[in-house]
Amino acid sequence: MAVVNTIRGIGRRVVNAVWRIGSASRFFFLILLYSGTSFQRFRLIIKELFSAGVMSLIIILVAGLFVGMVLGLQGFETLKRYGSESALGSLVALSLVRELGPVLAALLFASRAGSAMTAEIGLMKATEQLSAMEMMAVNPIARIVAPRFWAGVISMPLLAALFSAVGVFGGYLVGVVQIGVDEGSFWSQMQAAVDFREDIMNGVIKSFVFGTVVTVIALFEGYDAQPTAEGVSGATTRTVVTSSLAILMLDFVLTAIMFRGN
Amino acid sequence: MLNLYFWNAILSPTTLVEIRDLNFTYDKRPVLQGINMIFPKGKLVAIMGLSGCGKTTLLRHVGGALKPTKGYVKMDGQVMHELDRKGLYAVRRKMGMLFQFGALFTDMSVYDNVAFQMREHTDLPEEIIHDLVIMKLHAVGLRGAQHMMPSELSGGMARRVALARTVALDPMLIMYDEPFAGLDPISLTVIGDLIRRLNDALGATSIIVTHDIQESLKIVDYVYFMANGVIVAEGTPDELRASDKDFVHQFVHGEMDGPVPFHYPSGDYRQDLNLRA
Repeated sequence: MAVVNTIRGIGRRVVNAVWRIGSASRFFFLILLYSGTSFQRFRLIIKELFSAGVMSLIIILVAGLFVGMVLGLQGFETLKRYGSESALGSLVALSLVRELGPVLAALLFASRAGSAMTAEIGLMKATEQLSAMEMMAVNPIARIVAPRFWAGVISMPLLAALFSAVGVFGGYLVGVVQIGVDEGSFWSQMQAAVDFREDIMNGVIKSFVFGTVVTVIALFEGYDAQPTAEGVSGATTRTVVTSSLAILMLDFVLTAIMFRGN
Repeated sequence: MLNLYFWNAILSPTTLVEIRDLNFTYDKRPVLQGINMIFPKGKLVAIMGLSGCGKTTLLRHVGGALKPTKGYVKMDGQVMHELDRKGLYAVRRKMGMLFQFGALFTDMSVYDNVAFQMREHTDLPEEIIHDLVIMKLHAVGLRGAQHMMPSELSGGMARRVALARTVALDPMLIMYDEPFAGLDPISLTVIGDLIRRLNDALGATSIIVTHDIQESLKIVDYVYFMANGVIVAEGTPDELRASDKDFVHQFVHGEMDGPVPFHYPSGDYRQDLNLRA
């Protein structure tokens, strides 16, 4: 009997997971369908850009600086063994624009902006604000959800770019200013190694995909939350956990597609 | 159960909302069974009953938020559950709904909350919206609170702002979901008085879902009593005060025991206390 119950439990979880993925996909299409209002009244997106993007700047910039500094230290220690300290600039820049910038910025974005979006929309649901909007003949997906979605999609690549830029500066501070790597070779190696299309654009595409996925997960979890304190709290946790896993899994898939054999 | 009020209303062209043989089942549990109600234009009608008797579910049917299992709700000649989203939104523009705790938009000031529908549904210039918002806030006595945020308001004030927002576009039908819940005696009287005055001033029709019997009977024209998803009594406030039906008597007079028992069904008391018979 215990085995049957276990199998039933697993089956229920799988069905539930498939159901939620289907609901989230439908929700995503509804957002796209009702996005017209957001672009007709762009100030709605600008307001959310401030909440999601500008308010995430501090954490992104500080984290980017420290990640760049750590890369500078670690990279120098490794490159020194091969006598290639001058390649520090290219190591720091490639690591950041290809990988760490998009991934870490997305993880931080999910924790800060994503969880805030879920909590805000979940609370709006719990306090009947979304129902009130429906009763006023105003579509909450068009008025509340879509502007937040586009704000997330727009701000994520910008935040990732800033993360990488500040990270490069952190690497420069440690590598050139503190350790004494030649400044000319630091920048020239970086310029020679980093390709705009192969590296920077692929990084931008990654952060665009991460921004889309994180924002959809955050908005769906908020919109689908049980309208109770526990429901909103659980939805916020799920946003961070699901987004983080999705980012890391998608990063592998995108990296495999983009940099295969390069 | 069909009395003079019902027949007068159903035969009159002035009926705004008609509910006919409404049934709703949720998760195999019948929530509403064979509900027939009439809401004539200009009248203030209360739907009363204990918590969980199906009042709010009924209101959600009137707003088109739920589809009935059987029967229909007709608002201004249109069957609500047959409307598509566009049609439903068109009908909802003729409605206003006051939610139990106001449901004010917490990221907007009092002024912006009241202006919300005007900005969403009309092309009125901001100067005219300003004047309309001020007039609505003045009507509920909160013109001086226009710059405040919802978090700065007391429960009674929030309910009044929500009322101003509800009537922002002068709706034909105003629905109130437990408008008196959690209010102090002064706010309770103020809200009750405002509901009556706004209904008469706007020439609107109002439906109040409540279990606050004393306050409601002072202001409404007609009352439907519900229990377990069916209508158990109806009449004017005077008729209900004089009613000898057990349920109505217990409800109107707030008696602890009666058709609605004090004790939730349970087993033998002595057995629960582990005492021998």
